[in-house]
Amino acid sequence: MTVSLYVPLASPVHRAPAGLKLGLLAALAVALFVVDRPEVVGAALVVVVAVGLLVARLPARSLWAQVRPVWPWLVLLLLFHGVFTDWRTGAVTTLRLLALVVAAAVVTSSTRVTELVAVVEWLARPLAVFGVRPARVGLVIAMTLRFIPLIAERAHRIREAQAARGAARMRWGILVPLLIQVLRLATTLGEALDARGADAPVTPPRRRAGASTS
Amino acid sequence: MRWGRRAASDTPAAADVQRTAIELTGVSHEYGERPVLRDLTLTLAESRVGVVGANGSGKSTFARLLNGLVVPTAGTVRIDGLDTRSQLREVRRRVGFVFQDPDAQIVLPTVAEDAEFGLTNLGIPAEERARQVEEVLVRYGLAGHRDHPAHLLSGGQKQLLAIAGVLVMQPRRVVFDEPTTLLDLANVRRVARVIDELEQDVVVVTHHLDLLAGFDRVLVFEDGRVVADGAPAETVRWYTERMS
Repeated sequence: MTVSLYVPLASPVHRAPAGLKLGLLAALAVALFVVDRPEVVGAALVVVVAVGLLVARLPARSLWAQVRPVWPWLVLLLLFHGVFTDWRTGAVTTLRLLALVVAAAVVTSSTRVTELVAVVEWLARPLAVFGVRPARVGLVIAMTLRFIPLIAERAHRIREAQAARGAARMRWGILVPLLIQVLRLATTLGEALDARGADAPVTPPRRRAGASTS
Repeated sequence: MRWGRRAASDTPAAADVQRTAIELTGVSHEYGERPVLRDLTLTLAESRVGVVGANGSGKSTFARLLNGLVVPTAGTVRIDGLDTRSQLREVRRRVGFVFQDPDAQIVLPTVAEDAEFGLTNLGIPAEERARQVEEVLVRYGLAGHRDHPAHLLSGGQKQLLAIAGVLVMQPRRVVFDEPTTLLDLANVRRVARVIDELEQDVVVVTHHLDLLAGFDRVLVFEDGRVVADGAPAETVRWYTERMS
């Protein structure tokens, strides 16, 4: 299981600021929901795919990997509209969602998690008046992305251990051992954050586009 | 080799080494009602110190005392003259800590991002962070993985990343808490080589006794006390016989 989808390349899209990319993604979403002409929405899809493949130079398989899970739902949506409303509405709705999924894939594949998190931290800055520390918000999001696959892996190991002892169908039986493991992990993680200076009262500097470690 | 507790005054030139030594004075620690360390008094001025003992003997708690992850319920711990109770931030800046399970130490999604984490916390400027991260990843053979998700690394690579994430902060001392327990033999040797090549003073808690060859001093913990303390060869031999 992979949550981090970043594909390290040196393209203009990769170099663009994360805030700009997220802003354009949001603007595209609004625009696509305002327009309801299939040729315009289809053209937007073509442009987004072209930007992903030709400008960002992302491999087709990395875009497809993010489209693949939603593909059956898009087909069902088209069929639903075809049967219950009309094919034109179905085409617009399906193309609209597909364009947004591809656009989101281009953004996540060309942007490091830390850059996305920096934007979230910037957006969270107004919350500082309520005592919220934006850097902590960003750290929580980044750590969530880091630990989702790890916890999924631990759940898989518990399932394997249970299956090896003849308890393959214990669906809920995974909860208690997983909870214990997660709590232990959280204790050590807290210590690790302390040991690595996460309690320091320093506002983490943002990664700059030109300061890539790659 | 000496058996039993060792007093700070037993150490040669104790007054001279205080500024560059780990000093425990009357240290005890309890988890709830359960005592895990009992009245420890010792001075560690050596560059390479090993710590061994059975599970539950108190050695991991001892390791955690050294960068203030655990503050003792009684007594004082001083690192190079700094009190872990009142000068915690300076102590943590000075003492890096490598945990047994690297998965719990790697906090950010990709290799480079995680290596950079400690530097970000120190407020190092972006260009300097990038330079130092590059340097440490090359040094530990992780440069080719810099944008890879950390959870896809092998066990050995994860431990190297955990070590890199600590060393990039340039601590003066590094404490390792069973750094090789989860590794295969090849990676045990790899991590041993890394520890061996470190310029920093190290304290290594371990069950891999081979790791302690070439160390200056080895402590044996039992029931929260140091029951043996001396040169590695004879101390490890004594410990092995006691465990058999």
